[in-house]
Amino acid sequence: MKNWRQLLILCAVFVLALLPLYGDEYFVNLASQALIAVIFASSLNLLVGYAGLTSLGHACFLGLAAYLSAWMGINLGLEHAVTAPAALLLTTLIGMVFGWIALRATGLGFLMLTLALSQIVWGLAYRWVAVTNGDNGLSGLTRPSPFGIDLEVSSHFFWFTLLITLVCLGLIRQIVQSAFGASIKGTRDQPRRMTALGYNVWAIRWFTYVAASFFGAVAGLLYVYFHKFIHPSVMAITMSAESLLCVIAGGSGTLLGPVFGAILVVILKNYASAYIERWNMLLGFVFLFIVIFLPKGIVSSNLNFLKSKAGKKP
Amino acid sequence: MTFALEVKNLCKKFGGVAVTNNINLQIESGERCLIIGPNGAGKTTLFNQITGELLPSSGTVEVYGKDVTYLPPQARPHMGLSRTFQIINLFNHETAAHNVVLALLGVSRQRFNAFRKLSVTDELYEQALEILKSVDLSSSATRKVGEMSYGEQRRIEIGLAMSQKPKLLLLDEPLAGLSHDERLWIKDLIASIPRSTTIVMIEHDMDVALAFAEKISLLHYGTLIVEGDRDTVVNHPKTKEIYLGH
Repeated sequence: MKNWRQLLILCAVFVLALLPLYGDEYFVNLASQALIAVIFASSLNLLVGYAGLTSLGHACFLGLAAYLSAWMGINLGLEHAVTAPAALLLTTLIGMVFGWIALRATGLGFLMLTLALSQIVWGLAYRWVAVTNGDNGLSGLTRPSPFGIDLEVSSHFFWFTLLITLVCLGLIRQIVQSAFGASIKGTRDQPRRMTALGYNVWAIRWFTYVAASFFGAVAGLLYVYFHKFIHPSVMAITMSAESLLCVIAGGSGTLLGPVFGAILVVILKNYASAYIERWNMLLGFVFLFIVIFLPKGIVSSNLNFLKSKAGKKP
Repeated sequence: MTFALEVKNLCKKFGGVAVTNNINLQIESGERCLIIGPNGAGKTTLFNQITGELLPSSGTVEVYGKDVTYLPPQARPHMGLSRTFQIINLFNHETAAHNVVLALLGVSRQRFNAFRKLSVTDELYEQALEILKSVDLSSSATRKVGEMSYGEQRRIEIGLAMSQKPKLLLLDEPLAGLSHDERLWIKDLIASIPRSTTIVMIEHDMDVALAFAEKISLLHYGTLIVEGDRDTVVNHPKTKEIYLGH
Protein backbone atom coordinates (compact mmCIF):
# COMPACT_ATOMS: atom_id res chain seq x y z
CA MET A 1 0.00 0.00 0.00
CA LYS A 2 2.76 2.40 1.00
CA ASN A 3 4.94 1.57 -2.04
CA TRP A 4 1.89 1.88 -4.26
CA ARG A 5 1.21 5.33 -2.84
CA GLN A 6 4.81 6.45 -3.23
CA LEU A 7 4.85 5.27 -6.84
CA LEU A 8 1.63 7.16 -7.54
CA ILE A 9 3.04 10.35 -6.00
CA LEU A 10 6.25 10.03 -8.03
CA CYS A 11 4.22 9.58 -11.24
CA ALA A 12 2.07 12.61 -10.36
CA VAL A 13 5.18 14.76 -9.75
CA PHE A 14 6.69 13.54 -13.03
CA VAL A 15 3.52 14.35 -15.01
CA LEU A 16 3.28 17.72 -13.27
CA ALA A 17 6.91 18.53 -14.06
CA LEU A 18 6.19 17.98 -17.75
CA LEU A 19 3.20 20.39 -17.69
CA PRO A 20 5.01 23.31 -19.39
CA LEU A 21 5.81 20.96 -22.31
CA TYR A 22 2.16 20.17 -23.08
CA GLY A 23 0.09 22.85 -21.31
CA ASP A 24 -0.34 26.45 -22.43
CA GLU A 25 0.86 29.40 -20.34
CA TYR A 26 -2.47 29.87 -18.57
CA PHE A 27 -2.33 26.38 -17.09
CA VAL A 28 1.35 26.72 -16.22
CA ASN A 29 0.63 29.93 -14.29
CA LEU A 30 -2.41 28.33 -12.68
CA ALA A 31 -0.24 25.38 -11.60
CA SER A 32 2.35 27.77 -10.14
CA GLN A 33 -0.37 29.48 -8.09
CA ALA A 34 -1.66 26.09 -6.95
CA LEU A 35 1.85 25.09 -5.81
CA ILE A 36 2.19 28.31 -3.80
CA ALA A 37 -1.20 27.57 -2.20
CA VAL A 38 0.02 24.02 -1.46
CA ILE A 39 3.02 25.33 0.51
CA PHE A 40 0.83 27.83 2.34
CA ALA A 41 -1.86 25.28 3.21
CA SER A 42 0.76 22.71 4.27
CA SER A 43 2.36 25.26 6.58
CA LEU A 44 -1.02 25.95 8.17
CA ASN A 45 -1.64 22.21 8.39
CA LEU A 46 1.35 21.94 10.74
CA LEU A 47 -0.63 24.04 13.18
CA VAL A 48 -4.19 22.93 12.49
CA GLY A 49 -3.73 19.27 11.63
CA TYR A 50 -0.71 18.21 13.66
CA ALA A 51 -0.70 20.56 16.65
CA GLY A 52 -4.47 20.95 16.89
CA LEU A 53 -4.20 24.75 16.91
CA THR A 54 -6.67 26.37 14.55
CA SER A 55 -5.36 29.71 13.33
CA LEU A 56 -7.33 32.37 11.50
CA GLY A 57 -4.37 34.65 11.01
CA HIS A 58 -1.84 32.63 9.08
CA ALA A 59 -2.01 34.92 6.04
CA CYS A 60 -0.07 37.58 7.96
CA PHE A 61 3.13 35.51 7.51
CA LEU A 62 2.56 35.23 3.78
CA GLY A 63 1.98 38.98 3.59
CA LEU A 64 4.84 39.91 5.91
CA ALA A 65 7.42 37.96 3.90
CA ALA A 66 6.08 39.40 0.66
CA TYR A 67 6.06 42.99 1.94
CA LEU A 68 9.47 42.71 3.59
CA SER A 69 11.05 41.31 0.46
CA ALA A 70 9.38 43.92 -1.78
CA TRP A 71 10.17 46.82 0.55
CA MET A 72 13.85 45.90 0.89
CA GLY A 73 14.13 45.54 -2.88
CA ILE A 74 12.46 48.87 -3.62
CA ASN A 75 13.74 51.06 -0.80
CA LEU A 76 17.14 49.59 -0.02
CA GLY A 77 17.94 48.45 -3.54
CA LEU A 78 18.95 45.02 -2.28
CA GLU A 79 19.25 41.97 -4.52
CA HIS A 80 16.86 39.02 -4.24
CA ALA A 81 19.73 36.92 -2.88
CA VAL A 82 19.71 39.20 0.17
CA THR A 83 16.01 40.11 0.44
CA ALA A 84 14.78 36.50 0.28
CA PRO A 85 16.71 35.13 3.29
CA ALA A 86 16.25 38.41 5.16
CA ALA A 87 12.47 38.31 4.63
CA LEU A 88 12.36 34.66 5.71
CA LEU A 89 14.41 35.39 8.81
CA LEU A 90 12.46 38.51 9.81
CA THR A 91 9.09 36.81 9.26
CA THR A 92 10.21 33.83 11.33
CA LEU A 93 11.36 36.18 14.09
CA ILE A 94 7.97 37.89 14.01
CA GLY A 95 6.44 34.39 14.10
CA MET A 96 8.40 33.74 17.31
CA VAL A 97 6.90 36.85 18.94
CA PHE A 98 3.39 36.20 17.61
CA GLY A 99 3.62 32.59 18.79
CA TRP A 100 4.63 33.72 22.25
CA ILE A 101 1.55 35.97 22.37
CA ALA A 102 -0.97 33.67 20.68
CA LEU A 103 -0.01 30.60 22.71
CA ARG A 104 -1.16 32.21 25.91
CA ALA A 105 -4.41 30.49 24.97
CA THR A 106 -5.58 27.39 23.12
CA GLY A 107 -8.80 26.57 21.26
CA LEU A 108 -11.06 29.54 20.63
CA GLY A 109 -8.75 31.92 22.50
CA PHE A 110 -5.83 30.97 20.25
CA LEU A 111 -8.01 31.41 17.17
CA MET A 112 -9.04 34.90 18.26
CA LEU A 113 -5.49 35.92 19.18
CA THR A 114 -4.13 34.82 15.79
CA LEU A 115 -6.97 36.70 14.12
CA ALA A 116 -6.25 39.82 16.17
CA LEU A 117 -2.51 39.71 15.43
CA SER A 118 -3.08 39.29 11.70
CA GLN A 119 -5.63 42.10 11.71
CA ILE A 120 -3.02 44.38 13.30
CA VAL A 121 -0.56 43.54 10.52
CA TRP A 122 -3.29 43.92 7.88
CA GLY A 123 -4.27 47.30 9.37
CA LEU A 124 -0.63 48.40 9.35
CA ALA A 125 -0.31 47.45 5.69
CA TYR A 126 -3.37 49.53 4.89
CA ARG A 127 -2.58 52.55 7.03
CA TRP A 128 1.21 52.83 7.05
CA VAL A 129 1.19 54.38 3.61
CA ALA A 130 4.75 55.73 3.81
CA VAL A 131 6.08 52.18 4.00
CA THR A 132 3.47 49.97 2.32
CA ASN A 133 1.96 52.43 -0.13
CA GLY A 134 -1.38 51.67 1.50
CA ASP A 135 -4.26 50.56 -0.67
CA ASN A 136 -2.17 50.99 -3.83
CA GLY A 137 0.17 48.22 -2.74
CA LEU A 138 3.78 47.80 -3.84
CA SER A 139 4.25 47.28 -7.56
CA GLY A 140 6.99 47.26 -10.15
CA LEU A 141 8.65 44.26 -8.56
CA THR A 142 10.83 41.72 -10.32
CA ARG A 143 11.41 38.01 -10.11
CA PRO A 144 14.83 36.66 -9.12
CA SER A 145 17.18 34.90 -11.53
CA PRO A 146 18.82 32.11 -9.52
CA PHE A 147 21.93 30.75 -11.23
CA GLY A 148 21.11 32.89 -14.26
CA ILE A 149 17.76 31.17 -14.83
CA ASP A 150 15.22 33.80 -15.85
CA LEU A 151 12.12 33.25 -13.72
CA GLU A 152 10.19 35.80 -15.75
CA VAL A 153 9.56 32.86 -18.12
CA SER A 154 6.44 31.15 -16.79
CA SER A 155 7.75 27.60 -17.31
CA HIS A 156 10.97 28.44 -15.47
CA PHE A 157 9.00 29.95 -12.61
CA PHE A 158 6.79 26.85 -12.49
CA TRP A 159 9.77 24.49 -12.23
CA PHE A 160 11.37 26.71 -9.60
CA THR A 161 8.12 26.73 -7.58
CA LEU A 162 7.75 22.96 -8.00
CA LEU A 163 11.26 22.45 -6.66
CA ILE A 164 10.65 24.71 -3.65
CA THR A 165 7.29 23.00 -3.03
CA LEU A 166 8.90 19.54 -3.05
CA VAL A 167 11.63 20.73 -0.65
CA CYS A 168 9.04 22.27 1.70
CA LEU A 169 6.79 19.20 1.63
CA GLY A 170 9.85 17.00 2.20
CA LEU A 171 10.86 19.07 5.22
CA ILE A 172 7.33 19.08 6.64
CA ARG A 173 7.16 15.31 6.13
CA GLN A 174 10.49 14.93 7.91
CA ILE A 175 9.24 16.99 10.85
CA VAL A 176 5.90 15.22 11.32
CA GLN A 177 7.40 11.74 10.98
CA SER A 178 10.24 12.47 13.41
CA ALA A 179 10.42 12.06 17.17
CA PHE A 180 9.59 15.76 17.47
CA GLY A 181 6.61 15.24 15.14
CA ALA A 182 5.33 12.50 17.46
CA SER A 183 5.56 15.05 20.28
CA ILE A 184 3.59 17.60 18.25
CA LYS A 185 0.77 15.08 17.63
CA GLY A 186 0.88 14.03 21.28
CA THR A 187 0.28 17.60 22.45
CA ARG A 188 -2.71 17.75 20.10
CA ASP A 189 -4.26 14.55 21.47
CA GLN A 190 -3.40 14.54 25.17
CA PRO A 191 -1.64 17.69 26.39
CA ARG A 192 -2.14 16.78 30.07
CA ARG A 193 -0.65 13.34 29.58
CA MET A 194 2.24 14.80 27.57
CA THR A 195 3.10 17.14 30.45
CA ALA A 196 3.00 14.22 32.87
CA LEU A 197 5.37 12.33 30.54
CA GLY A 198 7.94 15.14 30.65
CA TYR A 199 7.14 17.16 27.53
CA ASN A 200 7.02 20.95 27.57
CA VAL A 201 3.71 21.29 25.74
CA TRP A 202 3.94 25.07 25.36
CA ALA A 203 7.43 24.91 23.87
CA ILE A 204 6.44 22.18 21.41
CA ARG A 205 3.46 24.25 20.25
CA TRP A 206 5.65 27.36 19.99
CA PHE A 207 8.25 25.59 17.84
CA THR A 208 5.45 24.31 15.62
CA TYR A 209 4.04 27.82 15.31
CA VAL A 210 7.47 29.17 14.36
CA ALA A 211 7.97 26.39 11.78
CA ALA A 212 4.53 27.14 10.32
CA SER A 213 5.39 30.84 10.10
CA PHE A 214 8.63 29.98 8.27
CA PHE A 215 6.88 27.85 5.64
CA GLY A 216 4.15 30.50 5.37
CA ALA A 217 6.91 33.01 4.64
CA VAL A 218 8.29 30.77 1.89
CA ALA A 219 4.83 30.80 0.29
CA GLY A 220 4.79 34.60 0.69
CA LEU A 221 8.06 35.01 -1.18
CA LEU A 222 6.84 32.85 -4.06
CA TYR A 223 3.54 34.77 -4.03
CA VAL A 224 5.24 38.15 -4.47
CA TYR A 225 7.59 36.74 -7.12
CA PHE A 226 4.64 35.38 -9.05
CA HIS A 227 2.39 38.45 -8.91
CA LYS A 228 5.20 41.05 -8.87
CA PHE A 229 2.77 43.07 -6.78
CA ILE A 230 1.69 43.01 -3.17
CA HIS A 231 -1.49 44.42 -1.66
CA PRO A 232 -2.81 44.44 1.95
CA SER A 233 -5.68 42.15 0.90
CA VAL A 234 -3.29 39.15 0.94
CA MET A 235 -3.26 39.44 4.73
CA ALA A 236 -7.02 39.77 5.08
CA ILE A 237 -9.06 37.27 7.06
CA THR A 238 -10.46 35.86 3.78
CA MET A 239 -6.97 34.72 2.78
CA SER A 240 -6.45 32.96 6.13
CA ALA A 241 -9.94 31.42 5.95
CA GLU A 242 -9.36 30.24 2.40
CA SER A 243 -6.18 28.49 3.47
CA LEU A 244 -8.03 26.91 6.38
CA LEU A 245 -10.61 25.72 3.86
CA CYS A 246 -7.82 24.07 1.81
CA VAL A 247 -6.61 22.20 4.91
CA ILE A 248 -10.07 21.06 6.04
CA ALA A 249 -11.26 20.15 2.54
CA GLY A 250 -8.15 18.09 1.81
CA GLY A 251 -7.89 16.53 5.25
CA SER A 252 -6.08 18.06 8.19
CA GLY A 253 -3.32 16.08 9.85
CA THR A 254 -2.31 14.38 6.60
CA LEU A 255 0.56 15.33 4.30
CA LEU A 256 -1.43 15.06 1.10
CA GLY A 257 -4.65 16.62 2.42
CA PRO A 258 -3.61 20.29 2.07
CA VAL A 259 -2.05 19.46 -1.32
CA PHE A 260 -5.37 18.26 -2.73
CA GLY A 261 -7.33 20.91 -0.84
CA ALA A 262 -5.18 23.76 -2.18
CA ILE A 263 -5.31 22.44 -5.76
CA LEU A 264 -9.09 22.14 -5.54
CA VAL A 265 -9.59 25.65 -4.17
CA VAL A 266 -7.18 27.27 -6.66
CA ILE A 267 -8.83 25.49 -9.59
CA LEU A 268 -12.29 26.47 -8.41
CA LYS A 269 -11.19 30.04 -7.81
CA ASN A 270 -9.39 30.60 -11.06
CA TYR A 271 -10.70 28.10 -13.57
CA ALA A 272 -14.38 27.79 -12.62
CA SER A 273 -14.70 31.57 -12.18
CA ALA A 274 -14.08 31.95 -15.92
CA TYR A 275 -17.25 29.98 -16.64
CA ILE A 276 -19.44 30.52 -13.56
CA GLU A 277 -20.25 34.00 -12.38
CA ARG A 278 -21.19 32.92 -8.85
CA TRP A 279 -18.05 30.86 -8.30
CA ASN A 280 -17.96 31.75 -4.60
CA MET A 281 -21.26 29.94 -4.24
CA LEU A 282 -19.81 26.92 -6.02
CA LEU A 283 -16.87 26.95 -3.59
CA GLY A 284 -19.37 27.03 -0.73
CA PHE A 285 -21.32 24.09 -2.13
CA VAL A 286 -18.16 22.05 -2.67
CA PHE A 287 -17.07 22.77 0.90
CA LEU A 288 -20.51 21.77 2.20
CA PHE A 289 -20.37 18.54 0.19
CA ILE A 290 -16.95 17.71 1.63
CA VAL A 291 -17.94 18.48 5.21
CA ILE A 292 -21.13 16.40 4.97
CA PHE A 293 -19.97 13.43 2.90
CA LEU A 294 -16.21 13.43 3.51
CA PRO A 295 -15.94 14.88 7.03
CA LYS A 296 -12.28 13.90 7.37
CA GLY A 297 -11.43 15.59 4.08
CA ILE A 298 -10.78 14.26 0.60
CA VAL A 299 -7.58 12.39 1.41
CA SER A 300 -8.44 10.85 4.81
CA SER A 301 -11.94 9.77 3.76
CA ASN A 302 -10.69 8.15 0.55
CA LEU A 303 -7.80 6.44 2.32
CA ASN A 304 -10.26 5.00 4.84
CA PHE A 305 -12.44 3.83 1.95
CA LEU A 306 -9.48 2.15 0.20
CA LYS A 307 -8.37 0.50 3.45
CA SER A 308 -11.86 -0.85 4.09
CA LYS A 309 -11.94 -2.20 0.50
CA ALA A 310 -8.62 -3.89 1.15
CA GLY A 311 -10.13 -5.52 4.24
CA LYS A 312 -8.29 -3.39 6.76
CA LYS A 313 -9.89 -1.39 9.49
CA PRO A 314 -9.86 2.32 8.62
CA MET B 1 17.23 11.58 56.71
CA THR B 2 16.30 12.14 53.06
CA PHE B 3 12.81 10.98 52.21
CA ALA B 4 11.62 9.88 48.79
CA LEU B 5 8.72 12.25 49.24
CA GLU B 6 8.28 14.84 51.91
CA VAL B 7 5.22 17.07 51.99
CA LYS B 8 5.26 19.90 54.52
CA ASN B 9 2.17 21.89 55.60
CA LEU B 10 0.63 21.61 52.14
CA CYS B 11 -2.48 23.74 51.65
CA LYS B 12 -4.58 24.25 48.57
CA LYS B 13 -7.52 26.59 48.64
CA PHE B 14 -10.06 27.18 45.91
CA GLY B 15 -11.62 30.44 47.04
CA GLY B 16 -12.63 29.84 50.63
CA VAL B 17 -12.56 26.04 50.37
CA ALA B 18 -9.43 24.32 51.64
CA VAL B 19 -9.14 21.14 49.57
CA THR B 20 -5.90 20.13 51.24
CA ASN B 21 -5.26 21.57 54.64
CA ASN B 22 -1.80 21.51 56.27
CA ILE B 23 -0.91 18.04 55.05
CA ASN B 24 2.39 16.53 56.16
CA LEU B 25 3.74 13.31 54.66
CA GLN B 26 7.10 11.60 54.95
CA ILE B 27 7.62 8.59 52.71
CA GLU B 28 10.85 6.66 52.83
CA SER B 29 12.68 5.37 49.80
CA GLY B 30 11.23 2.05 48.57
CA GLU B 31 8.18 2.35 50.80
CA ARG B 32 4.65 1.39 49.67
CA CYS B 33 2.28 4.06 50.85
CA LEU B 34 -1.49 4.13 50.53
CA ILE B 35 -3.65 7.23 50.68
CA ILE B 36 -7.27 6.56 51.47
CA GLY B 37 -10.32 8.66 52.13
CA PRO B 38 -13.89 9.14 50.98
CA ASN B 39 -14.78 10.97 47.75
CA GLY B 40 -13.80 14.63 47.91
CA ALA B 41 -11.20 14.05 50.62
CA GLY B 42 -8.54 15.82 48.51
CA LYS B 43 -6.49 12.76 47.50
CA THR B 44 -6.19 13.58 43.79
CA THR B 45 -5.67 17.28 44.58
CA LEU B 46 -2.76 16.20 46.78
CA PHE B 47 -1.34 14.15 43.87
CA ASN B 48 -1.80 17.08 41.51
CA GLN B 49 0.24 19.28 43.84
CA ILE B 50 2.98 16.68 44.14
CA THR B 51 3.18 16.37 40.32
CA GLY B 52 3.01 20.14 39.84
CA GLU B 53 -0.29 20.24 37.98
CA LEU B 54 -1.59 22.45 40.75
CA LEU B 55 0.44 25.01 42.64
CA PRO B 56 -0.12 24.80 46.39
CA SER B 57 -1.45 27.84 48.23
CA SER B 58 1.25 27.25 50.84
CA GLY B 59 3.61 24.53 51.98
CA THR B 60 6.37 22.63 50.19
CA VAL B 61 6.93 19.38 48.29
CA GLU B 62 10.33 17.70 48.33
CA VAL B 63 11.33 14.73 46.21
CA TYR B 64 14.52 12.97 47.34
CA GLY B 65 15.53 16.09 49.27
CA LYS B 66 14.97 18.54 46.44
CA ASP B 67 12.31 21.21 46.79
CA VAL B 68 10.09 20.82 43.73
CA THR B 69 7.18 22.97 44.91
CA TYR B 70 7.51 25.44 42.06
CA LEU B 71 9.23 23.16 39.54
CA PRO B 72 7.20 22.95 36.28
CA PRO B 73 5.24 19.69 36.02
CA GLN B 74 7.03 18.62 32.83
CA ALA B 75 10.39 18.82 34.64
CA ARG B 76 9.39 16.32 37.33
CA PRO B 77 9.43 13.12 35.26
CA HIS B 78 13.07 13.94 34.43
CA MET B 79 13.93 13.72 38.12
CA GLY B 80 12.20 10.36 38.50
CA LEU B 81 8.58 11.21 39.32
CA SER B 82 5.90 9.43 37.29
CA ARG B 83 2.17 9.12 37.73
CA THR B 84 -0.94 7.40 36.46
CA PHE B 85 -4.32 9.09 36.17
CA GLN B 86 -7.65 8.28 37.80
CA ILE B 87 -9.39 8.84 34.45
CA ILE B 88 -7.42 7.14 31.70
CA ASN B 89 -6.10 9.58 29.10
CA LEU B 90 -4.03 7.59 26.65
CA PHE B 91 -3.41 8.29 22.96
CA ASN B 92 -6.43 6.39 21.70
CA HIS B 93 -5.72 6.79 17.98
CA GLU B 94 -2.20 5.41 18.34
CA THR B 95 -1.00 1.86 18.82
CA ALA B 96 -0.08 0.48 22.22
CA ALA B 97 3.58 0.45 21.20
CA HIS B 98 3.47 4.07 20.08
CA ASN B 99 1.94 5.06 23.43
CA VAL B 100 4.90 3.53 25.24
CA VAL B 101 7.35 5.08 22.75
CA LEU B 102 5.93 8.51 23.62
CA ALA B 103 6.54 7.77 27.30
CA LEU B 104 10.11 6.67 26.57
CA LEU B 105 10.72 9.76 24.42
CA GLY B 106 9.35 11.98 27.17
CA VAL B 107 12.43 11.39 29.34
CA SER B 108 14.84 11.23 26.41
CA ARG B 109 16.63 14.10 24.67
CA GLN B 110 15.51 12.52 21.41
CA ARG B 111 12.11 14.15 21.86
CA PHE B 112 13.51 17.37 20.37
CA ASN B 113 14.97 15.61 17.34
CA ALA B 114 13.15 16.67 14.18
CA PHE B 115 15.59 14.74 11.97
CA ARG B 116 15.23 11.32 13.55
CA LYS B 117 12.46 9.45 11.80
CA LEU B 118 10.38 7.29 14.10
CA SER B 119 9.65 3.90 12.62
CA VAL B 120 8.57 0.52 13.97
CA THR B 121 12.13 -0.73 13.48
CA ASP B 122 13.43 1.93 15.85
CA GLU B 123 15.14 0.74 19.06
CA LEU B 124 12.54 2.70 21.02
CA TYR B 125 9.89 0.36 19.65
CA GLU B 126 11.99 -2.62 20.79
CA GLN B 127 12.07 -1.14 24.29
CA ALA B 128 8.33 -0.49 24.07
CA LEU B 129 7.73 -4.16 23.24
CA GLU B 130 9.65 -5.15 26.37
CA ILE B 131 7.46 -2.85 28.46
CA LEU B 132 4.31 -4.23 26.85
CA LYS B 133 5.57 -7.74 27.58
CA SER B 134 5.90 -6.81 31.25
CA VAL B 135 2.22 -5.85 31.33
CA ASP B 136 1.24 -8.94 29.31
CA LEU B 137 0.29 -7.01 26.21
CA SER B 138 3.09 -7.93 23.81
CA SER B 139 0.60 -9.45 21.37
CA SER B 140 -1.36 -6.17 21.31
CA ALA B 141 1.54 -3.88 20.37
CA THR B 142 0.06 -2.92 17.00
CA ARG B 143 -3.51 -2.53 18.23
CA LYS B 144 -4.91 0.94 18.64
CA VAL B 145 -5.40 1.76 22.31
CA GLY B 146 -8.92 3.09 21.71
CA GLU B 147 -9.95 -0.41 20.60
CA MET B 148 -8.67 -2.08 23.77
CA SER B 149 -10.64 -3.04 26.84
CA TYR B 150 -10.63 -0.85 29.95
CA GLY B 151 -8.48 -3.38 31.79
CA GLU B 152 -5.90 -3.43 29.00
CA GLN B 153 -5.83 0.37 28.96
CA ARG B 154 -5.15 0.35 32.73
CA ARG B 155 -2.21 -1.95 32.13
CA ILE B 156 -0.84 0.37 29.45
CA GLU B 157 -1.31 3.29 31.83
CA ILE B 158 0.96 1.56 34.36
CA GLY B 159 3.31 0.47 31.56
CA LEU B 160 3.72 4.09 30.48
CA ALA B 161 4.66 5.18 33.99
CA MET B 162 7.03 2.24 34.49
CA SER B 163 8.76 2.77 31.14
CA GLN B 164 10.18 6.03 32.51
CA LYS B 165 11.98 4.06 35.25
CA PRO B 166 10.62 6.25 38.04
CA LYS B 167 12.15 6.59 41.48
CA LEU B 168 8.78 7.76 42.80
CA LEU B 169 5.57 6.41 41.30
CA LEU B 170 2.16 7.90 42.05
CA LEU B 171 -0.75 5.58 41.23
CA ASP B 172 -4.16 7.23 41.21
CA GLU B 173 -6.80 4.52 41.70
CA PRO B 174 -5.13 1.94 39.44
CA LEU B 175 -7.80 -0.66 40.26
CA ALA B 176 -10.85 1.50 39.65
CA GLY B 177 -13.42 0.02 37.30
CA LEU B 178 -11.67 -3.34 36.92
CA SER B 179 -13.11 -6.84 37.26
CA HIS B 180 -12.04 -9.05 40.17
CA ASP B 181 -9.52 -10.98 38.05
CA GLU B 182 -8.13 -7.81 36.52
CA ARG B 183 -7.70 -6.33 40.00
CA LEU B 184 -5.70 -9.31 41.14
CA TRP B 185 -3.57 -9.13 38.01
CA ILE B 186 -2.84 -5.41 38.51
CA LYS B 187 -2.16 -6.02 42.20
CA ASP B 188 0.46 -8.64 41.27
CA LEU B 189 1.91 -6.26 38.69
CA ILE B 190 2.28 -3.49 41.27
CA ALA B 191 3.73 -5.96 43.79
CA SER B 192 6.36 -6.94 41.21
CA ILE B 193 7.68 -3.37 40.89
CA PRO B 194 11.20 -3.35 42.36
CA ARG B 195 11.96 -1.60 45.66
CA SER B 196 14.09 0.95 43.85
CA THR B 197 10.77 2.56 43.02
CA THR B 198 8.84 4.17 45.87
CA ILE B 199 5.08 3.85 45.39
CA VAL B 200 2.33 6.12 46.64
CA MET B 201 -1.14 4.87 45.74
CA ILE B 202 -4.67 6.20 46.07
CA GLU B 203 -7.18 3.36 46.18
CA HIS B 204 -10.73 2.65 47.27
CA ASP B 205 -10.53 -1.15 47.10
CA MET B 206 -9.53 -1.81 50.71
CA ASP B 207 -9.10 -5.58 50.39
CA VAL B 208 -6.43 -5.25 47.74
CA ALA B 209 -4.93 -1.94 48.81
CA LEU B 210 -4.49 -2.68 52.49
CA ALA B 211 -2.61 -5.86 51.65
CA PHE B 212 -0.21 -3.84 49.52
CA ALA B 213 0.46 -0.92 51.84
CA GLU B 214 3.11 -0.61 54.51
CA LYS B 215 2.01 2.87 55.46
CA ILE B 216 -1.49 4.26 55.22
CA SER B 217 -2.65 7.87 55.40
CA LEU B 218 -6.33 8.69 55.83
CA LEU B 219 -7.54 11.98 54.42
CA HIS B 220 -10.90 13.54 55.24
CA TYR B 221 -12.09 16.97 54.07
CA GLY B 222 -8.53 17.81 53.04
CA THR B 223 -7.01 17.02 56.43
CA LEU B 224 -4.72 14.14 57.34
CA ILE B 225 -6.66 12.32 60.05
CA VAL B 226 -4.65 9.18 60.79
CA GLU B 227 -1.33 7.84 59.62
CA GLY B 228 0.43 4.59 60.37
CA ASP B 229 0.58 0.91 59.56
CA ARG B 230 -2.45 -1.14 58.54
CA ASP B 231 -3.60 -2.10 62.05
CA THR B 232 -3.17 1.40 63.44
CA VAL B 233 -5.28 2.99 60.71
CA VAL B 234 -7.94 0.28 60.40
CA ASN B 235 -8.55 0.12 64.15
CA HIS B 236 -8.53 3.86 64.67
CA PRO B 237 -11.93 5.18 65.82
CA LYS B 238 -11.79 8.04 63.30
CA THR B 239 -11.42 5.55 60.44
CA LYS B 240 -14.45 3.64 61.65
CA GLU B 241 -16.38 6.86 62.01
CA ILE B 242 -15.53 8.04 58.49
CA TYR B 243 -16.08 4.72 56.75
CA LEU B 244 -18.78 3.12 58.90
CA GLY B 245 -20.46 6.22 60.34
CA HIS B 246 -19.97 5.17 63.98
